Amino acid sequence: MSDTNHRRKPPRVGDAPLFRRTLIGIVLVLGALLILAPLVIIGVEAFSQGWQTYVATLDHPDTRHAIMMTVVTALIAVPVNTAFGIAAAWSITKFDFPGKRLLLVVIEIPFSVSPIVAGVAYLFVYGLQGIFGPLLDAYDVKILFALPGIVLASMFVTAPFVARELIPLMQAQGRDLEEAATSLGASGWRTFVAVTLPNVKWALLYGVVLCNARVMGEFGAVSIVSGNIRGQTNTLPLHIELLYHDYQAAGAFASASILALLAVFTIIAKVALERRGAGRRKALGTDAAPQGNRP
Amino acid sequence: MKRNVLPGLRLSLGVTLFYVGLIVLLPLAALAVKAASLGPAEYWSIVSSPRSVASYRVTVLAALAATVFNLFFGLALAWVLTRYRFPGRRLVDAMVDLPFALPTAVAGISLTALFSANGWFGSVLGQLGITVAYTPLGIMIAMCFTSLPFIVRTVQPVLEDLDPALEEAAQSLGGSDWTIFRKVILPLLSPALLAGTSLSFARSLGEFGAIIFIAGNQPMKTEITALLIFIRLEEYDYQAAAAIASVLLITAFVMLAITNWMQARALRYTVKG
Amino acid sequence: MKIRLDNVIKTFDTFRAVHGVSLEIESGELVALLGPSGSGKTTILRMVAGLEYADGGHIYFGDQDATDIPVRDRGVGFVFQHYALFPHMTVAENIGFGMSVSKVKRSKAEIAARVAQLLKLVRLEGLGDRFPGQISGGQRQRVALARALAVDPKVLLLDEPFGALDANVRHDLRRWLREIHQELGITTIFVTHDQEEALDLADRVVILKEGRIVQQGTPQAVCRDPKDAFVLKFLGDANRLTGEVRGGRAMAGGAEVAAPGVADGPAEIFARPRDLDWSLQGPGVSATVTRVLDRPGERRVIASAASGEVLEFDVEPEREIAAGEAGFVTLRRAKVFALS
Repeated sequence: MSDTNHRRKPPRVGDAPLFRRTLIGIVLVLGALLILAPLVIIGVEAFSQGWQTYVATLDHPDTRHAIMMTVVTALIAVPVNTAFGIAAAWSITKFDFPGKRLLLVVIEIPFSVSPIVAGVAYLFVYGLQGIFGPLLDAYDVKILFALPGIVLASMFVTAPFVARELIPLMQAQGRDLEEAATSLGASGWRTFVAVTLPNVKWALLYGVVLCNARVMGEFGAVSIVSGNIRGQTNTLPLHIELLYHDYQAAGAFASASILALLAVFTIIAKVALERRGAGRRKALGTDAAPQGNRP
Repeated sequence: MKRNVLPGLRLSLGVTLFYVGLIVLLPLAALAVKAASLGPAEYWSIVSSPRSVASYRVTVLAALAATVFNLFFGLALAWVLTRYRFPGRRLVDAMVDLPFALPTAVAGISLTALFSANGWFGSVLGQLGITVAYTPLGIMIAMCFTSLPFIVRTVQPVLEDLDPALEEAAQSLGGSDWTIFRKVILPLLSPALLAGTSLSFARSLGEFGAIIFIAGNQPMKTEITALLIFIRLEEYDYQAAAAIASVLLITAFVMLAITNWMQARALRYTVKG
Repeated sequence: MKIRLDNVIKTFDTFRAVHGVSLEIESGELVALLGPSGSGKTTILRMVAGLEYADGGHIYFGDQDATDIPVRDRGVGFVFQHYALFPHMTVAENIGFGMSVSKVKRSKAEIAARVAQLLKLVRLEGLGDRFPGQISGGQRQRVALARALAVDPKVLLLDEPFGALDANVRHDLRRWLREIHQELGITTIFVTHDQEEALDLADRVVILKEGRIVQQGTPQAVCRDPKDAFVLKFLGDANRLTGEVRGGRAMAGGAEVAAPGVADGPAEIFARPRDLDWSLQGPGVSATVTRVLDRPGERRVIASAASGEVLEFDVEPEREIAAGEAGFVTLRRAKVFALS
C-alpha cells in the first residue's frame, strides 16, 4: 500500500501494487512484441546489407517512380476527400433534411468494406467487364491500370476520414455561431471561412493527416486496380510487394522504411493535434457532448 | 422545400451526394449487379465450392481467435493506459495507433520477418515446436496486429469517463475489487467492448495486405477469402471473383448492422433522464 | 423603426409553434415577450430576426415587408441566449466583425474607433484584447450586446438575455440594459420566461401561451387587470378558492370580496399572499395554520382551509402566530373569474 499512500488517496479498484505491476508488465511486454518489434525490424532489415544497398534501392528509378506515384495519388485524393468531408459535414450539421441518418451510414460504409472488395467493385465499373469499360475503351480513356483508377480506389477507402472528424465536432458546436455571423451581415462563404473553419481547423487537419496516411499506405484496393506495372502504375506499397517476391528483402524493407517513417510522423502529428483538442476520442453515444481539451 | 437561414445546403448536399454516389455507391452497386447476373445455381456453386468454404473457415476462425485475444489484450491495454501512471505511458498510448498508421503491406513483411523460421520470434518458437509463418497461426497474428486499436480505442474513452463515484459507492458497500470489476465496471464497459469487438472482427475478415505475406497462401489450408478473390481475378474468372466478393460485402453489411445496433444499445445507458 | 407582425404562423414538422400572432411594436419601444417554455416566444423573436422564416403572415419593418428578407440583409441586432461569441476572436474582433463583413467598407481605424466607443458604452474598456473564454458571464453578455449594436441595427432582439447569469449579476444588468435603451432609443424586443424581469424592464409586456398572445399591455395594466387565470398565475404566486358570485360580490366559505362586473354563478377567486389576512374571529375562510416561515420582510403563513385548500399568505413580522392555531382567512382584495 506504500505507493498509494504517497498520493493520500484511497486505492481504487485494481490499485493493489502487485496486481498493478503485473498487469503493466504483461501489457508492456506484449506491446513490445506485437507493436514495437514490427517497427524495429523494418529498420534492422532495411540496413541488413549496409548503407549502400539501402541508398541504391531508394535511388533506383522504379523506387523513385513508385514514390512519385504515391505522392501524386495523395496530392489528388486527399484534397478531393477533404472538400467532400467539409461539404458533407456542412450539409449534415447545419441543416435538417430527410434521409440524414441514412447518409451518415452510407458515408461510413468504406470503413466496413474490405479493400479487396472495393478494388473488385471498381473493376466492374471501369474495367472491360464493367459498366463503363467498353465505352471508355472505345474512346481510349484509361482509368483502370492507370493513375485515375488508383486515385479512385484510394478515394473509396478513405472517403469517411475527414467527414468523420468534422461531423461530431460541428454537431456539438451547433448553429449559433453561424447564425450570429449571418445576422451581423456575413455572407455564407465569409461565415464559413471566418467563423466555422477557425473552430474546426485542428479536427480538419487531424482528418487530413489520417486520410493521407491511409492513401499513401493503401495496398489491397490499389493492387487490384493498378495492374502492377513496374515503373508505371506501382505505388510504394505495391513496389514493396514486388521487391519482396523478387527475393530482394533488403530492398523491400528499405522501401518500407519510408512508409514506416510516414507512420511515425502520422502518429506524432496525431498526438500533437489531440493536445489541441482534435480527435478527442468520444465515449460511445456522447458525440453531442461539448468538446474540451484533453487533460 | 423549406427555406433555410444558413446558406449552402444545395451546394454542400449536392457535392456530398454526388461524391458518395460516384465513389461509394456506384462501385458497390456494380459489384452487386455483376454477382446477381450469375443466376442462383451458378452463384451457389461458386460460393459453396470446397475451396471457397475452406477460405471462409480459415478467415473466420483466425478472425475469431484474433478478436478473442484482442478482447483481453485490448481491455488490459485500455485499463493500464487510463488507470495507472507509469513512465512511458504516453508513448505506449501513442504506439497503440501504429497498426492503423503503418501500411498493411509493411506490417505484413515485418511480421513475416519476425515470425519466419530464422526470424527473431520464429527461431525461438521453432525450438518450442511452434510454427507461425505460413500457418493459420500467422494469419491470426497478422489479424491481431491490424485490429488491436479498435478495442483499445473504443473502451478507453468509456473507462476515462467512468464516474469514480460508482466505484466508491461499491467500495462503501463492501465489494471486493474483483466483485466491483465484474458487477459494476464490466457491465458499464460491455457496450463499448462489444462494439470494439465487432469492429475488430469485421476488420479481420476483410484484411488482406498484412496477411498474404505471412499466410503461405496454400489453397484449402491457409488461403483467406480476400486472397481467393484476388486469385480468381488473376485467372480472369471475374464471375467467381464477383460472387465471392459479394459474400464478403454481405458479411460486412451484416457486421455494420450489428455494430450500429450495439451502439444504439450503448446509447441507452447514456440517455439522460 | 416600427415593427408589425401580421397573423404570423410557424410550424415545425407537425407541431404548430406560433398560431397567427399579430403584434405592433412602436419605434423606440422596449417590449418583452413573456411566456412559459413552449409558448412560441423565441420562435417569434427568431422570425423577426429572420433566423426562421414564417410559414404564413407578414412581418413589416416600418412600411417595408421584411418577411422574406434574409437575416443577413435584415439589419437586426440579435443577442443569443448563450451569446454565441466567436471563441477564436478577441472581444474587439467580435464587436468589429459585423462592420468588417459589411457591404459598407470601413477603414481599420474607423472600425477600431467604433469598437472603442462600444466598449465604453458597455463599460468594458481595456478588455478588447481578451478572448471570450477569459471573461465572466456578465461581461460576455455585454460583449454580445455591443456586437449586436455595432451594425447599427434597426431593431435589437435579445433571446433570454439574462438566463445564463447569477441572480445578482442579472439584477445589475437589467438596470443597465434599461439605461442603454434610454440612451440609444432603439426599438428592442426581448424574450424571457421570468415575469419579474419582464415587468422590471419592459415598456410593454406581451404574454404568450401555446403560440398565441393572451394579453399585452404596460406592466401596470397586466398586473392590475390580468385577463384570465393563466396570466394571473403566471405573473406571480396566487391562492385559488372556488366560490360563488351574487350581485357583484364573490363569496367563498365565509369570506366575501368585491367582484364588479362578474356574472352571477360559480367562480374562481384568486388572491396574492399579501391580499389575505388572518383573524381569530370570523367571518372568513375557516382554516388551521400548518406552518409559519420567517422571512426578512414578513412572515409567510401556510394554512389549510376546512374545505381542503392550502392557502399561503404574508403577515407583518411582529405578528404572533403559530402552527396549530385555528382561525379565519379574510380577503382584502381578489380577482374573480366566472367559472364557465
